[in-house]
Amino acid sequence: MKHTYSVLVENKPGVLSRVAGLFSGRGFNIESLCVAETLDPELSLMTLVTRGDEQIIEQINKQLNKLINVLKVVDVSEGDFVEREMVLVKVKAEGNTRAEVLRMTDIFRGKIVDVSPKEYTIELTGDEKKVRAVLELLRPLGIKEVARTGTIAMIRSKKTP
Amino acid sequence: MKLTGAQILIECLKKEGVDLIFGFPGGAVIDIYDELMKSSIRHVLVRHEQAAVHAADAYARVTGKVGVVLVTSGPGATNTVTGIASAYGDSIPVVVMTGQVPTKLIGNDAFQEVDIVGITRPCTKHNYLVKSVKDVAQTVKEAFHLARSGRPGPVLMDLPKDVMVDRTEFKYPEAIKMRTYNPTYEAHVGQIEKAGKLIVQSSRPVLYAGGGIIASNAAEELTELATLAQIPTTATLMGLGGFPGTHPLWMGMLGMHGTYCSNMAVANCDLLIAVGARFDDRVTGKLDAFASHAKIIHIDIDPTSISKNVRVDVPIVADCKNALGKLVTFLKREKDINWKEKHEEWLAQVRDWDKKHPLSYKEEKGVIKPQYVVEKLYELTKGKAIITTEVGQNQMWAAQFYKFAEPRSLMTSGGLGVMGYGFPAAIGAQLAAPDRIVIDIAGDGSIQMNIQEMATAMEQRLPVKIAILNNQYLGMVRQWQELFYGKRYAATSLATAPDFVKLAEAYGAVGLRATKPEEVVPVIKKALKTPNLVIMEFVIAHEEKVYPMVPAGKATTEMLLV
Ligand SMILES: Cc1ncc(C[n+]2csc(CCOP(=O)(O)OP(=O)(O)O)c2C)c(N)n1
Ligand SMILES: [Mg+2]
Repeated sequence: MKHTYSVLVENKPGVLSRVAGLFSGRGFNIESLCVAETLDPELSLMTLVTRGDEQIIEQINKQLNKLINVLKVVDVSEGDFVEREMVLVKVKAEGNTRAEVLRMTDIFRGKIVDVSPKEYTIELTGDEKKVRAVLELLRPLGIKEVARTGTIAMIRSKKTP
Repeated sequence: MKLTGAQILIECLKKEGVDLIFGFPGGAVIDIYDELMKSSIRHVLVRHEQAAVHAADAYARVTGKVGVVLVTSGPGATNTVTGIASAYGDSIPVVVMTGQVPTKLIGNDAFQEVDIVGITRPCTKHNYLVKSVKDVAQTVKEAFHLARSGRPGPVLMDLPKDVMVDRTEFKYPEAIKMRTYNPTYEAHVGQIEKAGKLIVQSSRPVLYAGGGIIASNAAEELTELATLAQIPTTATLMGLGGFPGTHPLWMGMLGMHGTYCSNMAVANCDLLIAVGARFDDRVTGKLDAFASHAKIIHIDIDPTSISKNVRVDVPIVADCKNALGKLVTFLKREKDINWKEKHEEWLAQVRDWDKKHPLSYKEEKGVIKPQYVVEKLYELTKGKAIITTEVGQNQMWAAQFYKFAEPRSLMTSGGLGVMGYGFPAAIGAQLAAPDRIVIDIAGDGSIQMNIQEMATAMEQRLPVKIAILNNQYLGMVRQWQELFYGKRYAATSLATAPDFVKLAEAYGAVGLRATKPEEVVPVIKKALKTPNLVIMEFVIAHEEKVYPMVPAGKATTEMLLV
């Protein structure tokens, strides 16, 4: 099962390698990892996507909590949550494919952020499903390069007061 | 007044109650040594940095305090890694201070620079690179707090040379609060009730104690619980001494070289109460056959230990002493239960197993059996010695045949299994308990891994006793080769060895040798009377094996017996 964690950590040198080392040392896998400062400059938020059976997920949760620099671990995928990822895709765009690329970008509400006579660079955001769909549709047109940020996520606010 | 980093460091160590440091100097820590020399803190110069950590580890185990180590950068630091990993494996509170090149040079591949914080990240509870003299006091405070609280463990502080020379105003942080670290000590009342009810309902309970009993000083509560509810008790290697080895409810150690009785009892129990233990593979054998008929209660201060290997019915995250105390109080309220009657059948079964295959060995005319040596060490010290062990068969024979009466009387590298642990540990233990008899039960292989510490023991005038069970083999490995690798003894012969008696004499110590069974007792007696460092060499049966033995990966009921 896929799980998405929000991990609040102290913004100190070496913390990232403690988290990464925990995963590699124990044979857990990291699908994606995003880190940046929070509003409180002493803290950083990591969003971490991982996979494993129930026992492994329980261990990951506990082991993260055990790290001294970790303040809070939330499995956002336990309930209702929003997830987003941004991708930059450089695609071939020559002759009649130029229009096709533009159309696709439009359909997926992306933006063209760089143009050259032979290529377009598209910026897209969405959840994992959308990103996968876009990449699959663009692939036949000739993808030259892809850069993805990895997922960030948040629990949805309660809808009833 | 402004103090240097080194002065602040020493002041902080004094505030933490440090009276003894094991160490070895070098360029990066000369400033610290310069201050240390002027202070009231005693320094013990080891002959290899690994030994400093093992000695500090044992010092911590005997005293319950934090063991402290000081070494230089680079090779000094890397030499401590095995010691640190061993302390980590056994959850022993140790603070290791390593020198480091000046901050300006860090990352420059400077002379004697290593990234020791990076190297020890996975084998410390936590570690620090102290980058400013302003952080020294706070870091020392946190390091000691982390080492001794919660699940104890080693903490490393890397101290760049310039940080030790720089000056700042010294203010000792009296209180400590870390917002990211808050171990749970108090057992949850609801969980205690659930556990208590399971004990009341159970008809075949077993107590399984680990090193957590020792770390949390819970031996008394454990014995009280066992006695009150008449529960037969076993322990891991790390838990030995946590329950009296002569108690009628004591079944002996469990696991790969555990007793027949303990392993059968665990396999057949309907309730397993694990306290401060972590279901290590050397304990459980094949996992799905381990306590497979039992409900499991697991008390541990470290949540990651719970449900890691084995599914648990009632998890209790707490200090063992706290949880056991509460369990006892809960069970005392059950006045209507006659526990003896309730568990009569089960206890009779346990006694039967014990009678059927007690720990034993075959005597052979004219040949010294290692088990006999340990038995005699036990008898002649009246079970009151502090025993340290090396690793291998010697370690298992010590665990099986010395009946530990009290906690903090066995020091052994349990989790990591470090050959070379026992002798430096004996040095640390003897310094912690100058009036006790301290014996390192050693193998001929292991003792050579830290033999250089003879000089340390001599210098400190420590009357440590080393008992080498010399089988001229890396015996435990040879045992596996004999049993599972068609007797192909690859690289396990130690036929070329020093004359241990002469070796002792070379260091100014006393060397004694026994080659026949009738010499064993006189040699031990003579050693115990000698107020000096002694090596006793017992030339034992070369191919003696440790039994019972559960082959790796097998169920613990599938024991090879004597
Ligand atoms: C540092 C280290 N290296 C290797 C091992 C693997 N090992 C475990 S037991 C053993 C044999 C130990 O020989 P000895 O000290 O003579 O003890 P014996 O088993 O013969 O009693 C070895 C090599 C180890 N535990 N530690
Ligand atoms: Mg040997």
